[in-house]
Amino acid sequence: MLKSNVFSKKTRNNKIKKEVREVYLRDDIWCGVSSCTTCDSPAASAAARLTASTILVVDTNVVLHQIDLLENPAIDDVVVLSVVLDEVKNKNLSVYNRIRALCSNSLRKFYVFANKFHKDTHVEKMEKESPNDLNDRAIRVATQWYQKHLGDATRVLLVTNDRENKRKATEEGIFAETIESYVKSLGQPDLLDLVVQPASVDVNMEDIEDSRPSKRKVIYEEHKPMSEITSGLRHGIYHQGKLRVNRYNPFEAYVGSESIGDEIIIYGRTNMNRAFDGDIVAVELLPQEQWHEEKSLSIADEEEEEEDVHLAPSSADDAPRSTTPVNAADQIPVPSRPSGRVVGIIKRNWHSYCGSLEPMPMPAGSGSIAYALFVSKDRRIPKIRIQTRQLGNLLNKRIVVTVDSWDRQSRYPFGHYVRVIGDIGDRDTESEMVLIENDIDARPFTAQVLACLPPLPWSVSSEDLANPIRLDLRQIRVFSVDPPGCKDIDDALHCTALPNGNYEVGVHIADVTNFVHPGSPLDDEASKRGTSVYLVERRIDMLPKPLTEDICSLRADVERLAFSVIWEMTPEAEIISTRFSKSVIKSCAALSYVEAQARMDDSRLMDPLTTDLRNMNSLAKVMRQRRIERGALTLASAEVKFQIDTETHDPLDIGMYQIREANQMIEEFMLAANVSVAAQILKIFPVCSLLRRHPSPTREMFEPLLLTAAAVGINLDVSSSKALADSLDCAVGDDPYFNKMIRILATRCMTQAVYFCSGDLSPPEFHHYGLAAPLYTHFTSPIRRYADVFVHRLLAASLGIFQLPTIFQDRPQLTSVADNLNYRHRNAQMAGRASVELHTLIYFRKRPTDTEARIVKIRSNGFIVFVPKFGIEGPVYLTSKGQKGGGEWYVDEQQQKIVKMDSSLSYSVLQTLRIHMEVVEPQPNRPKLQLTLI
Amino acid sequence: MEFVSPEGLRLDGRRPTEMRQLRAEIGVVSKADGSAMFEMGNTKVIAAVYGPREVQNRGQQTNNDHALVRCEYSMANFSTGDRVRKPKGDRRSIEISLVIRQTMEACIMTHLMPRSQIDIFVQVLQADGGTRSACINAATLALSDAGIPMCDLVTSCSAGYLNSTPLLDLNYIEDSAGGADVTVGILPTLDKVTLLQMDAKLSTNIFEDVMQLATEGCKAIANYIREVNPFILIAVYIWPSLKTF
Repeated sequence: MLKSNVFSKKTRNNKIKKEVREVYLRDDIWCGVSSCTTCDSPAASAAARLTASTILVVDTNVVLHQIDLLENPAIDDVVVLSVVLDEVKNKNLSVYNRIRALCSNSLRKFYVFANKFHKDTHVEKMEKESPNDLNDRAIRVATQWYQKHLGDATRVLLVTNDRENKRKATEEGIFAETIESYVKSLGQPDLLDLVVQPASVDVNMEDIEDSRPSKRKVIYEEHKPMSEITSGLRHGIYHQGKLRVNRYNPFEAYVGSESIGDEIIIYGRTNMNRAFDGDIVAVELLPQEQWHEEKSLSIADEEEEEEDVHLAPSSADDAPRSTTPVNAADQIPVPSRPSGRVVGIIKRNWHSYCGSLEPMPMPAGSGSIAYALFVSKDRRIPKIRIQTRQLGNLLNKRIVVTVDSWDRQSRYPFGHYVRVIGDIGDRDTESEMVLIENDIDARPFTAQVLACLPPLPWSVSSEDLANPIRLDLRQIRVFSVDPPGCKDIDDALHCTALPNGNYEVGVHIADVTNFVHPGSPLDDEASKRGTSVYLVERRIDMLPKPLTEDICSLRADVERLAFSVIWEMTPEAEIISTRFSKSVIKSCAALSYVEAQARMDDSRLMDPLTTDLRNMNSLAKVMRQRRIERGALTLASAEVKFQIDTETHDPLDIGMYQIREANQMIEEFMLAANVSVAAQILKIFPVCSLLRRHPSPTREMFEPLLLTAAAVGINLDVSSSKALADSLDCAVGDDPYFNKMIRILATRCMTQAVYFCSGDLSPPEFHHYGLAAPLYTHFTSPIRRYADVFVHRLLAASLGIFQLPTIFQDRPQLTSVADNLNYRHRNAQMAGRASVELHTLIYFRKRPTDTEARIVKIRSNGFIVFVPKFGIEGPVYLTSKGQKGGGEWYVDEQQQKIVKMDSSLSYSVLQTLRIHMEVVEPQPNRPKLQLTLI
Repeated sequence: MEFVSPEGLRLDGRRPTEMRQLRAEIGVVSKADGSAMFEMGNTKVIAAVYGPREVQNRGQQTNNDHALVRCEYSMANFSTGDRVRKPKGDRRSIEISLVIRQTMEACIMTHLMPRSQIDIFVQVLQADGGTRSACINAATLALSDAGIPMCDLVTSCSAGYLNSTPLLDLNYIEDSAGGADVTVGILPTLDKVTLLQMDAKLSTNIFEDVMQLATEGCKAIANYIREVNPFILIAVYIWPSLKTF
């Protein structure tokens, strides 16, 4: 390996500082073309990827803007230069990750050529040459080298959209083309849709603007230059924050700003000034007299946007954002929150969106270029204008679109089509939409991942039995209780009476870490997926099926490996001692909740298993009671269950999920196991444990609940979880469902529990509010949650039977794992909810229903009702859309009532009423559920 | 940050197991009894040896049967980009001085030179990571130039662990990345370790790989040093007969 050195000097403008870095130029960087005879060494032929007679060299802007095109399998044999990669990395990390993924994908022919370090293609900066020009020159030099290296048999084509670069390339005798002309030469018209149109004005743009003169005027204000924004931020004129668009009203957005310690509301698209949800923006406050009143109290304003029927939210994270209630004592509404407008966008959060095209008449002559408006499924995203040559094909399809630009003259951003998902209304298509929207990877596991699995059929080996760290518990009567039809059984229990009158209680969790080794492809994949996702009709596994349903599943009558927590408990459920150990178990029965409950209830049954169940149940009751006394909340959410037709996968029936004593019994022991494990791992690893916490809600978060409760004459004390639990117990109305209703509303006020690394927070913050536990973690479901896999490793290391993986020594990485788990967990929940919503729609499509509903929120032109039977929530309008404003109705804020002007009719919060549910199609292919008052 | 690209190239174009360019010269300070300049890439140090000579401050001598070895390490003000005055005798240079002295004492046959002292001065002219190793290599060359009897060479090299890859001979950017940095000093002929330092944590099996890599680096440096000053070999050759002492 010959090594020559050339020194290059770089100046980095941090605080003007000269840095000298060495560059070692090499002659062992291969060209990656399989037919090349010059580069012949085993290493070179192993790396060779490119086979075609035409190879492409792409420049930075092509990668940055046309990544969707490059990802299309029609484009192949591409050389990606290392200068291009570096520049892409600096400009857009997500594009960088995508191009890297392409380069490492063995099915694609993308080759990375490290031109910077090759002795013939290294270029040095010339006098007065800008970095951009230097890079362009480096690209041209590399292209030229390729052409010379490969000779005339292969055509090397430089793809660039930069006119100047193309001109120079042609002068230097390099074949150069723009991306459009290259794609055109391929003769695949649908590929052209993927090509991003350059932002500069082209002929087509002029055409469409002429035809609609109204669009020519400037709609949005110019974004301030970056320098002005930075200085404005420093002087406190502008405020920086992440823009979050109201999920229920896309014309309203919030920017949480640290500098004023409050959220700034932004009303209307003009004030939002082309910002998308998730963008980091700079906001300027409007003068106080322009601060809007509580306009958001009305549902469905501007344009055709209106609220949909959706699944009842289960926590504050899912719920629509509440506005601070107007102080009703003052007659003049006080503009309570600052309003602002966006002056600049600091960081874009553009990615691809899925949805469909707005219905439009087919233009004459197929195959010509047409413009269409794309409507995203995510209501927070504005419509996106795209250009397409296959309009007829796309009109009734769900498609994926990305945003390219948004200039001041156009009402909607410009984007381009990426791919088709499927037909609108098709259940599989809609399900896939749910997955894409929530960033869930539902692809089958790769061969490398599957290679990590032990060979099937698998059984406990004699080595496992002989292993001194494994306790042999095969003689013990272990059983599992799960929902009916559960195949991934990750927990089993036992309960034996001891001679001294105490009980030995064991919780046995599938020993997943025995098969998933840290750092293996299987582990990486599981860590990326984070959790299994449960949709109504399918399950997307975190681990491959052989593991989840066979090797790890603690099924009845087979020997399985487990990780056990074993307590000795007094009959009063006091824990005397706790042991943790890896074990071998043989479950004697896999019961369903119904079966377990039936056994316990049937007084004739006296077999040992039933006795165990009863003993456990009595212990669980004591534990539960004690937990509630400590202040654990009994919360409620409206979980629904579908009965699915096994043939067509259509929903047959929906109903609320029923919770039995047996469920609570299992839950109680799982909680206890998690708490015990949390204490153990935190004791041994105080700074690198993975725990779960539930932040205490603030008083403001309870505000909507308190208002509602006050309206129905109930006083809730929210000062602590204990106080809340007690006052919830006292909140009994005249009908049985009233209490549950209040609990559902209370649950919605809270945020979700999150995973965190114990070193990142101080011990008082570890508290789990909902469970009233100082410490909590997840240990009991390693088959379907990666957090539990992590905790298994920690627990094993704390017992000294397993080496702690190196990742635990790297705190930032640990934090990022916890963040990813939270993200995945949340997405999985959102996907689950979206799937239920989808199936609700399918269910009601054929079955218009009359049912009972309760008012949960009063709006100026109607109210929001909750349908307990189906767990859905949606608006009921008192005034039809045409006649706007509460001419007939007015809202009594304090009483939470909506009253007709002549006082003949009124509706108050939590009132029960009957409604009619029906699926209507206001626009073709856009079905929605409509609720009307009977 | 990406310190090793998926193509297996480091930020400066080296592969993970490659060292930087070595360069050395002896006799660069004519007034000294022995001197050497040693470069590892952009790291450049100079070493000067005075002695064996009469002990100047008798109070320092603790053992009359052995020579007293003293070492002073310093960094030139211009050695890093920002021209800050480097105070002499700060904690870092005291520590490095001590490390170099102990390492060199392990190979100098001090018992052959009782009641005398040997002074080693090393100065960093240009710093780009791995100064400690470069100083030890320079000191070895300077000692051999001065003709001081040594049982073997001492050579030193560092290795690190970044992006789950062991890297040989870290430069400044890689050194300040926060990963582990293992500095190893060996007696190449005797195959013994005289210096082993590590900051940050590594699991034992990874540590062994990294140390193995650093040791290979030390051996390569030893070969290079023998090329620069072939006379060193004499000291090594006489070792078997010295055993009887």
